[in-house]
Amino acid sequence: MKERIIGQIKRINGPVIIAGGVTDAMMLELVRVGETRIVGEIIKLESGRAVIQVYEDTTGLTPGENIYGSGMPLSVELGPGLIGTIYDGIQRPLEEILKISNQFIERGIDLPALNRDKKWRFTPAALKPGTPVEGGMVIGAVVETERVTHRVMVPPNVSGTLVSLAGEGDYTIEEKIAEVETGGAKQPLAMLQRWPIRVQRPARRRLIPEVPLITGQRVIDTLFPLAKGGTVAIPGGFGTGKTMTQHAIAKWCDAEIIVYIGCGERGNEMTDVLVEFPKLIDPRTGRSLMERTILIANTSNMPVSAREASIYTGVTLAEYFRDQGYHVAVMADSTSRWAEALRELSGRMEEMPAEEGFPAYLPTRVAEFYERAGNMETLAGLNGSVSIIGAVSPPGGDFSEPVTQHTKRFVRCFWGLDRQLANARHYPAISWLESYSEYLLDVTPWWEQRVGPSWAADRTEIMDLLQREVRLNQVVKLVGPDALPDSQRFILEVCTMFKNAFLQQNAFDDVDRFSNVEKQMKMLAIILTYWRRGREAIRRGLTLVKLKRMKALADVVKMKFTVPNDQLDRFDKLQARLERALDQVESLYA
Amino acid sequence: MPDLAKMHDAEKRLQPGKEYIGVARIDGPLIFIEKTHPVGYRELVECVDDQGALRLGMVLDTSDEAVVVQVFEGTQGLTLPGTRLRFRGKPLELGVSAKMLGRVFNGLGEPIDGGPAPFAEAELNVNGKPINPTARAYPKDFIQTGISAIDGMNTLIRGQKLPIFSGNGLPHNELAAQIARQAKIRGGKSEFAVVFAAMGVKHDVSQFFIKSFEETGTLENVALFLSLADDPSIERLITPRTALTLAEHLAFEHNMHVLVILTDMSNYCESLREISTIRGEIPSRKGYPGYLYSDLAELYERSGMIKGFTGSITQLPILTMPNDDISHPIPDLTGYITEGQIVFEREMHSRGIYPPVAGLPSLSRLMKDGIGGGMTRDDHPHLASQLFAAYSYVKDVRNLASVIGEEELTPLDHQYLEFGEFFERSFVTQKSDEDRTIEQTLDMGWDCLRKLPREELHRMSEEELDARFEG
Ligand SMILES: Nc1ncnc2c1ncn2[C@@H]1O[C@H](COP(=O)(O)OP(=O)(O)OP(=O)(O)O)[C@@H](O)[C@H]1O
Ligand SMILES: [Mg+2]
Repeated sequence: MKERIIGQIKRINGPVIIAGGVTDAMMLELVRVGETRIVGEIIKLESGRAVIQVYEDTTGLTPGENIYGSGMPLSVELGPGLIGTIYDGIQRPLEEILKISNQFIERGIDLPALNRDKKWRFTPAALKPGTPVEGGMVIGAVVETERVTHRVMVPPNVSGTLVSLAGEGDYTIEEKIAEVETGGAKQPLAMLQRWPIRVQRPARRRLIPEVPLITGQRVIDTLFPLAKGGTVAIPGGFGTGKTMTQHAIAKWCDAEIIVYIGCGERGNEMTDVLVEFPKLIDPRTGRSLMERTILIANTSNMPVSAREASIYTGVTLAEYFRDQGYHVAVMADSTSRWAEALRELSGRMEEMPAEEGFPAYLPTRVAEFYERAGNMETLAGLNGSVSIIGAVSPPGGDFSEPVTQHTKRFVRCFWGLDRQLANARHYPAISWLESYSEYLLDVTPWWEQRVGPSWAADRTEIMDLLQREVRLNQVVKLVGPDALPDSQRFILEVCTMFKNAFLQQNAFDDVDRFSNVEKQMKMLAIILTYWRRGREAIRRGLTLVKLKRMKALADVVKMKFTVPNDQLDRFDKLQARLERALDQVESLYA
Repeated sequence: MPDLAKMHDAEKRLQPGKEYIGVARIDGPLIFIEKTHPVGYRELVECVDDQGALRLGMVLDTSDEAVVVQVFEGTQGLTLPGTRLRFRGKPLELGVSAKMLGRVFNGLGEPIDGGPAPFAEAELNVNGKPINPTARAYPKDFIQTGISAIDGMNTLIRGQKLPIFSGNGLPHNELAAQIARQAKIRGGKSEFAVVFAAMGVKHDVSQFFIKSFEETGTLENVALFLSLADDPSIERLITPRTALTLAEHLAFEHNMHVLVILTDMSNYCESLREISTIRGEIPSRKGYPGYLYSDLAELYERSGMIKGFTGSITQLPILTMPNDDISHPIPDLTGYITEGQIVFEREMHSRGIYPPVAGLPSLSRLMKDGIGGGMTRDDHPHLASQLFAAYSYVKDVRNLASVIGEEELTPLDHQYLEFGEFFERSFVTQKSDEDRTIEQTLDMGWDCLRKLPREELHRMSEEELDARFEG
């Protein structure tokens, strides 16, 4: 549709504009405001009036200026060229913007999200003219990066008969690569497609998420696993490690595509990703991590409405790759900043507030967002998934506030960060008492078949010890540790070892930052060996002091740093050494 | 239709000189005026009182019916019929120049030291613009402050924003002044400058800083923006913006390393709350507006390094925590934006420890990339981590001891108590003019660790222990 004037500015209040004289405008229509052509979106329509949320600074706009409608909803561009790119909250390419301006982001910049000139090598699928085609069907492929093959699909809302399909060759994303006859009309298809960000992309059906998303973070994979297609919240006060955890997962998890959304957070954190990811090598494919990553950066000082849009932009890109049959992980840091953007916009519109000034529709919006995750059978019959990992930043670190509470209702996994652990520099500061995963039963068969048959039992045993430790610590706080018998002090001892040697994981250590599943399982087995046999020895009369003198223990505590993922046999040797040491001390008391 | 737009444009160009006499309503620092020409959002406003004195303001809300203006110098003495307003058709700008170093200004950037306004090299919108994240260079250059609690445990990095979370009566000014005096990049000589913004603090505080800069002969490298306790509270909302506008100019036009000290951010936040309340906005926590986070981020994010520029902006905001409560919205939202925080502890202060830097809640997030071999010393990362771990255990033991009594503690726990005491008295404590090298700091860290058995030091590698523990 051609650009047309749909009304004039009546009032400007921060990022919210009231337009008057509005007769023909569409709800959620993308508009341009004033002669600087600032981007906005219609979020409310009343007779003659429209409320517009503006995605750029409104300084200098005046009442009376024209508003231009685009006839389209706010959408993202989809096609080859997304991977490795960094966008703002409404998919403007930040690196391209830098090329045409200085270090600051100017207003009214209008650059396409995807490069129009670049030619991509397109390989058509083996489809003959006359073949019936449906939305989501794969009609060809482009090698987008060494590790991501971009599957070119028929847009979800198109179906009919294939008239022609381009041969193998180099095409720009706007060139015609296929033609489809739909109800008598011929429709050309190009690689470039659009999809409105606030609308979930369709899939054939939901599947149960049964495969864990392996993150390489021991406390997550072993204690509170997330499934591919699952949802998780990471709440925590400032500096407790939300961003570090999300970065670690973005680096090391076994998803095929990563969409990292910096939503209202620090500029330097995005720079950190931009500097580090290209240099890091994915242990699974040997390729740079940037070759599977898309970044959305709408930092805290960038316009607040674009922050509101950023998570939808991110999740729409994720769904697009899901539809190609990929497992995609979305990190949103931080969903609280998104909720606050919602609150600010709502306040400026003078809506009735509910809890703590948040609008009454906050829970609905949170639910809608997390609903876009899932393990799916795509329209093309492939298996793809979107997992959403959302950070939550509760004011004062208090989890009883609305965003944390509502998020908890709609996610199935919860990694609560603990201020005390973070202060003690126990990282990741994921609390083993407050966290949970509802995917545990779903992913157990995978672990037991792929890694070790005792996985669930081992996990239960160590979780049980951690619970007992809490009760014992309450006793210690009253009477001191000396009052406990050795059998109980040994529980404290094992828990301390488990925390130091297993749960704590240093994101900055080259060996420790990522543990594959076998390493995790073997480390746990070693610690449980110490627990099971040590308990027996103490029962037979060995003192804890003597048990602790075993030299092998020092190596156990440091095994996470000393044994890399590709030398797992060294765990077997360590296990054997520990057993011999235990044999020895036991023989003294047999 | 396009004709209308053109007409509107012409009208816009013509109107700015027009003066309005008389306003509809005055409430606190806000003026409400009706039936104006189309006035731009955040436009600069000149406001003239009955006596003919000029004050500056900014448009906060504009519509075809009414305009709301916030007056920076306050509305005291204004009358409804006698107030004259002129809309300037552009936002508040600051004329910036390297000649502003060595000078004193009010919060709006007007000289108050008796000298003339320096000739401006550029006129810049004080609100600034967001930095493109792809333009940033990741900060990683170690700044040696000479203060062990900072250099050793919470290292300051050039381009970082690292606030001091303090309380009333605690020595945050001393520490900030000491950092400003002692801060240096090792092995490098480069142009540095200090931009100092005072918001709602007393005269003696600004005098203290001026004196401290004088004594070290650095005053000519300092620009001061003072909006003191007896200046209109509303001016505080602009003060950090003018200061940061100059800082950006010095850093990215004159390639200087700029240290920006903002004190006291709590006063800034209170002024923001005042405006918000008068406008009848829906508050979030403790009456502060819901956009406090975004507003603070607009300030704090104006720091860092930019690719292709040698200059940098390092921010040292100071805030006093109401009731020493770190979960109060001001420190809380600050902590969510800045790259760590130096937290003061009243209890350490009363025990005579200077600087009273709390061991556990303090954090420098950029430290990881700026320390270690080639930057500070290879043992630094593990040493800091080990000191944190041990000190955190000390806190647990102290808690336990306070319940069951020290006698009941194990011998190991006693060793930890001794370590804790020594750590606070020798490592953390230093004089306000004591300037330690990073080597001295790290060696002192090892002295502390020697109070503990070697087996306890899980975070050090065997090689590091072999090399330094027995020393
Ligand atoms: N796994 C880890 N290994 C080592 N250090 C860590 C780890 N996790 C967190 N840290 C430390 O904690 C600091 C703060 O972590 P992070 O930036 O992730 O906090 P956050 O929860 O995102 O805070 P905010 O809400 O303010 O953004 C890091 O800079 C780092 O020093
Ligand atoms: Mg974070």
